Amino acid sequence: MPAAGVVMIIAVVAIVAAAVFYLVSTIVALRRITAGLDEAIGGVVGIIEKSAPVEEVVNTINENLDAGVDLLEGLLVKKAGLSDAVGLIDGLYPGAAAQGLRNIPESKDVKAPRISEVYTRGTLTLARLGREAPIAAASPNGPALRDPVYGSKASAALYPEGRPGRVPNLPRSPVIGVDSPVQYDPDEEVGVPRKRMPARQGS
Amino acid sequence: MTLEWIGDVILLVVVLPVVIYLLHGVLTAANSIVPSVNRIAGAAQRGSADLDAVPLLLHTQEQVIATVGVVADYGGSLDVILDDQQGA
Repeated sequence: MPAAGVVMIIAVVAIVAAAVFYLVSTIVALRRITAGLDEAIGGVVGIIEKSAPVEEVVNTINENLDAGVDLLEGLLVKKAGLSDAVGLIDGLYPGAAAQGLRNIPESKDVKAPRISEVYTRGTLTLARLGREAPIAAASPNGPALRDPVYGSKASAALYPEGRPGRVPNLPRSPVIGVDSPVQYDPDEEVGVPRKRMPARQGS
Repeated sequence: MTLEWIGDVILLVVVLPVVIYLLHGVLTAANSIVPSVNRIAGAAQRGSADLDAVPLLLHTQEQVIATVGVVADYGGSLDVILDDQQGA
C-alpha cells in the first residue's frame, strides 16, 4: 500500500474518532438536559395543580368580604348619616374620605367633618354606640352628639361638678442617685416605713 | 500519487479541524444548556413547595364566611339597638 493511502486512512480514522467523541459527549449532555426538563415539568405540573383552586377560593372570599363591606357601610351611613360617616372614616383612617364609600359614589364629594379633632376615638365610639355615653348625656334625644364649633363645651360637660383642680402641696419628686440629699440605707429601712419623706428633707 | 497527497493534506489540514470545530461548538452549546435547565428545575420545585400553603385558603375561606356571618349578626343587632340618623 502506498504511503499516501496509509495517511488517508489515518486521517479518516481521526475524523471518525473525533466525530464519535464529540457526538457521544453531546448525547450525554442532551440526556442530562432531558432529565432536568423532566424534573422541571414535574414542578410546573405541581404548581398548576396546586394553584388550580386558588381563583375560585379567592373569588368566594372576595364576595363574602364585599358583602361585609356593603353591610357595614350601609349600617354606618344609616346610623350616622353620610356626612358624619365620611368624617368618622376619615378620622379613623386619615385620607380615606377622598376615596369615598364604595356603594355611595357621591360620598367622594362630601366634605368630611373633622370628627377626630373634637373627640378621641374612644369617646367617639361611646357617643356613637350609646346615648347614655357621657358626651351625649346633655341631649340624649338630640340629633347632634358633637359640637364642632364649641367642642370644649362638650368636653366640659363630661364633668358636671366642674373639673377637679390640682392637689396642693404634693411632695416633690425625690432626687435619686449617689449625690441625692437623702440616701437610702438598706440596713435601716428594709421592711420598715420610711422615717422621713424626701420632700421635706430636700426642700 | 500527487493528487492523493493533496487529498491527505486537505483531510488533515481542512476537513479534520472543521469537523472538530463544529462538533466542539455543538457540545459546548449542549453543555451550556444543562445548568440553565437545572436552575429551572430547582425554581419549579421551590415554586411548587411555596404553594403547599394553598390548601389553607380553604380554611381562610371558611373563616371569612364565619366572620362575615358574625359581623352581619352584630350589624343586625346594632340596627335594632341604635336610632337611625334623622332624615336618613
